[in-house]
Amino acid sequence: MGPIMKFQVVVLAGGMSKKLFPLVSKDVPKALLPVGNRPVLSYVLELLEANNLKDLIVVVAGEDAAVRVGGWITEAYDGRLHVEVAAVSEDIGTADALRAVLHRLVVDDVLVVSGDIVSDVPLGAIAAAHRRKRAVLTAMLCSSPSASTAEAISSTGKDKAKKPSPIDIVGLDTSHQHLLFLASGTQVDKDVKIRRSLIRVVDQMEIHMDLMDAHLYAFNRAILQEVLELCQGIKSIKQDLVPYLVRSQSFGAIASGDTQTEAVGKTPNKDDSGQPQTPMQDIVPLPQHILPGVLHPASLELTCCVYIASEGKYCSRVNSIQTYGDINRDQVAGELVFLTGYTVSNQNNVIHPTAEIGSKTTVGPQCMVGDGSKLGDKCSVKKSIVGRHCRIGSNVKIINSVVMNHVTVEDGCLIQGSVICSNVHLQERANLKDCQVGAGYIITANSEHKAEALSKREKS
Amino acid sequence: METRRGARMVIDPKVRQVGFVTPGSELGRPAAPEPPGAAAPVPVVANSPSPVIIPLLLIPDTSSLRTTPLPVPSPPSRRVVAAPPADDSMPLGSYNPSDAILGSSQGSSERTGNNDKHGSAPTDSLADMSLSNASTLAIRLEGLNVTNDGISNVLSTSTVRSAVAAAPTSVEHAFQTSSGQGIIGSVPAVSVDMAAAANPQAGIDPRPMPLKDRTSKAERRAIQEAQRAAKAAAKGVGTDIAAIADGNVANEVKSSKPSSQKKGLSEKKPAVFSDKKPVVSSDKKPVVSSDKKSAEKASEKDKRKDIPAPRMQFDDEQRVAKAKRRSLIEQTEAKNRVELFRHLPQFLHGTQLPSLESKFFHEDPLHPHPSVFQVGLQYLTREIVGGNARCIAMLMAFRDMINDYSTPMEKTLVRDLTAKINSHVSFLITCRPISISMGNAIKFLKTRIASLPVTVSEFEAKHSLILEIDRFIQEKIVFADNEIVKHAVTKIRDGDVLLTHGSSCVVEMILVRAFELGKKFQVVVIDSRPRLEGKGLLRRLLGKGLHCTYTHINAASYAMQGVTRVFLGAASVLSNGTVYSRVGTACVAMVAHALGVPVMICCETYKFHERVQLDSICSNELGDPDALVEVHGRKDVYSLRGWADSKHLHVLNLMYDATPADYVSMIITELGMVPPTSVPVILREYRKVPYVM
Repeated sequence: MGPIMKFQVVVLAGGMSKKLFPLVSKDVPKALLPVGNRPVLSYVLELLEANNLKDLIVVVAGEDAAVRVGGWITEAYDGRLHVEVAAVSEDIGTADALRAVLHRLVVDDVLVVSGDIVSDVPLGAIAAAHRRKRAVLTAMLCSSPSASTAEAISSTGKDKAKKPSPIDIVGLDTSHQHLLFLASGTQVDKDVKIRRSLIRVVDQMEIHMDLMDAHLYAFNRAILQEVLELCQGIKSIKQDLVPYLVRSQSFGAIASGDTQTEAVGKTPNKDDSGQPQTPMQDIVPLPQHILPGVLHPASLELTCCVYIASEGKYCSRVNSIQTYGDINRDQVAGELVFLTGYTVSNQNNVIHPTAEIGSKTTVGPQCMVGDGSKLGDKCSVKKSIVGRHCRIGSNVKIINSVVMNHVTVEDGCLIQGSVICSNVHLQERANLKDCQVGAGYIITANSEHKAEALSKREKS
Repeated sequence: METRRGARMVIDPKVRQVGFVTPGSELGRPAAPEPPGAAAPVPVVANSPSPVIIPLLLIPDTSSLRTTPLPVPSPPSRRVVAAPPADDSMPLGSYNPSDAILGSSQGSSERTGNNDKHGSAPTDSLADMSLSNASTLAIRLEGLNVTNDGISNVLSTSTVRSAVAAAPTSVEHAFQTSSGQGIIGSVPAVSVDMAAAANPQAGIDPRPMPLKDRTSKAERRAIQEAQRAAKAAAKGVGTDIAAIADGNVANEVKSSKPSSQKKGLSEKKPAVFSDKKPVVSSDKKPVVSSDKKSAEKASEKDKRKDIPAPRMQFDDEQRVAKAKRRSLIEQTEAKNRVELFRHLPQFLHGTQLPSLESKFFHEDPLHPHPSVFQVGLQYLTREIVGGNARCIAMLMAFRDMINDYSTPMEKTLVRDLTAKINSHVSFLITCRPISISMGNAIKFLKTRIASLPVTVSEFEAKHSLILEIDRFIQEKIVFADNEIVKHAVTKIRDGDVLLTHGSSCVVEMILVRAFELGKKFQVVVIDSRPRLEGKGLLRRLLGKGLHCTYTHINAASYAMQGVTRVFLGAASVLSNGTVYSRVGTACVAMVAHALGVPVMICCETYKFHERVQLDSICSNELGDPDALVEVHGRKDVYSLRGWADSKHLHVLNLMYDATPADYVSMIITELGMVPPTSVPVILREYRKVPYVM
């Protein structure tokens, strides 16, 4: 019967992310950024696989990146997943990326997943909620990480500097099922404007700041196609498409029956009034025209729903350096180790059997050392991840950091709260604190860096 | 309700024969005058489907007016107006043994009079009765009816509230369908209930007497079966209450099958409704023991095919375990289940949805078609409610499924598709027990599949099935509703005050239509916790500009005072005229009846069912008990919180109840307005040809 339960999956894997500079580069697109020594994308793919969704479309920005991602996927998931990788040009929005693969979507509903999610939410629940409500859009919300982040980074005042963690402002109805309002923190300056007409219709709306849009959406395919084709102005899913759909929904299902007109009137686009008609006709069986009110009125409405991930579930996105660090830490902190599939040792850390560790070297709890890495004597690794095939000399201290693959760290270095990309060379007694070091960078001996982003010039 | 039902059973025509008065002597005997202030009313009366044709003109029902103790205050004016001829009412109002016999013998005397027509099964053809000798018997029977009502009212005042809790010990007889005709001849059950136990009448031996000749072979056999079942039942009198719950199951026997064999078949198709249900006698022992006879097993297997399975009895642990293994959803049984309702599924609410959701994408042989899955989810979360809506949604889902269906290799479409539909139906049942109307629709669909000629190609077969489904929806639901509206609107006059309970889509259409026609009337919407469905109706009516009053069911007796008509929807109408509907309907109907307000049930005929049901226990649906615990917007009401931990508390949230036919003035169907006694006629006449009308 084709795609399972009539859902297709689009994974938006992104390309180069400016926010993650200098961690991503041409060689390492965002999708392949290692988290817990595995590419970010693998978490999404495995989540999908666990949910028995094996036919995927992965959209990658940039041809090169697409080739790399595609190569990695075929290598890692050969035979397990059926993945089509589609390349779109760089610097286009997420909605544009979606538009590019629109023609491949054929079934009732589409699940759009951002490639940078690390999560274990049950996708079935989102899909079920979507189907149940016959919603146009179902967005997954998860509790915003800000609270946990704050305690996790107890270290310094560095999160002041990196303030960002955009807060989403989410308006829900009292049953927590319908999405009435959504504004992302980046768009909101100081005040949030909510139309009075909306309040009039829905009576009550709860505004949540503690929820985060997880960039995991289920769309009704027919309406998605129509909206994207009609409104070429929509660039980004989060910033244009979702608010547009949320605005255009008719609130009859949520509140009283005296509805629909105003929602339509308010939409920026006139097409919208006609928009529900066409797609709805295939969904809605004939009797409803004759028998108004026989079926539940919600079936006739254009609704946007939410699925709120339950407390026990983890969901986070790798969309900034800070979250990258957090996720890596969370992962090793043991909470998320099950996502990576590694087994945890008695010391509550993960050390690959092929890793060599010198004498008097301590690898603390909540650490991870990849295969083939060599640690010299008298090193100390705390709350950090060391990638594959790293060479680490003696007397090195790595604290709260992420060291990717093939990194060479010479004797006496001190790395604190930093992210060090692949193929970086740290010469003797380098001292890094809160730095991000781009791939292939060479840090000279005895240098000292604090809160810097270091990377090679983009000439090469 | 049950108790009064039970009470009248005592006058089973067969029982009447026990008395010492010969039929002949009774015949001419005049009715004895009613002693004033009759103390102990006797449960005397005709069989439940009384042949009286309630006039279609809505005259305030006279029958209730003479009853002395009314459960509800009734305006004196109405009583006066409706006062019936005294002699009719006299004989029956109070009890002395001879009266009782007299009362009962009246019934039998008719029979003797019209022996040739009725044969011996007093109840077997209601239609015949009502048609053939309506003129001669109408008065008398009306009289009978009247007293019956009087008594029942008396009884019901004392017992109706506690009907469930009191758990009347009732002895049930089997009911039988004379299946050939599709008419149900119910041999009334005898039930001795607590209230009635005080009556001398209770002493009457309920054992059925040999019946007279002139019955067809099938009928005789049916009677025999009934008697056998009755005997088994009689043994069980006075056993524990749990047994009664079983015993009360509406019993219908396909006349040719021994009742005892039918146990143990239920798991085959757990809940596909069918017109004939096997007897489950109240005393389990004989049944069980006979069940174990290995000799019978072989023959049982053969018979499985044509015996429709009874409903799943959820107090049978083995079967429940078996059914669980087969179901897609993990279900946790609720703690503290109400004893009397153990035979109904009672699962912890809230556990099903997550387990279903987690299976959403899983490939599983049990996995239903996406559309069916969606509908199941919507049932589970109560996003689709209401008989028609659920039925349409289900049919549309099946339509999708058939559309996507392709016959696997080496299988035939007819069989494979039927099996597929069965598994989908059982999936839907795990989401929420299906309604009778859905059962009828499924039956229809399956007969259509079965009757497909072997020669047609898959494409044609699918096409024709899809057309059939569309036609069913159109004819049986859409057009039927339009017809009902047409009929019902004629009953609404200017100045009327109409009352309705809950939210019925047909009633809503009627009200809106009448309003559009410019009729001037007011609407009283009666609502009940916990679902408060009336609010939705109220909102929509107000949106249209109707004048409405909104109140809760506890104010029913007051709200009824000015009302001129009561319109109610129904989940199903059973062949004894019992209306099975959203809980609270019976209460509203009873109040209306007591106050002489005509009660009109609006129900499409596809919801009719051959089953006979006397109470709300044997077949019902249990809602989430927690819904009763929480009071919306009242956080201070928490006395029931944590009830599941208390061994001594059971919370019961019934979804449906049975309204006896006596409270129903008429049933508005697409075929016209009929008295509840005519339901079997409709069933008989229109089920012959499944749905071409």
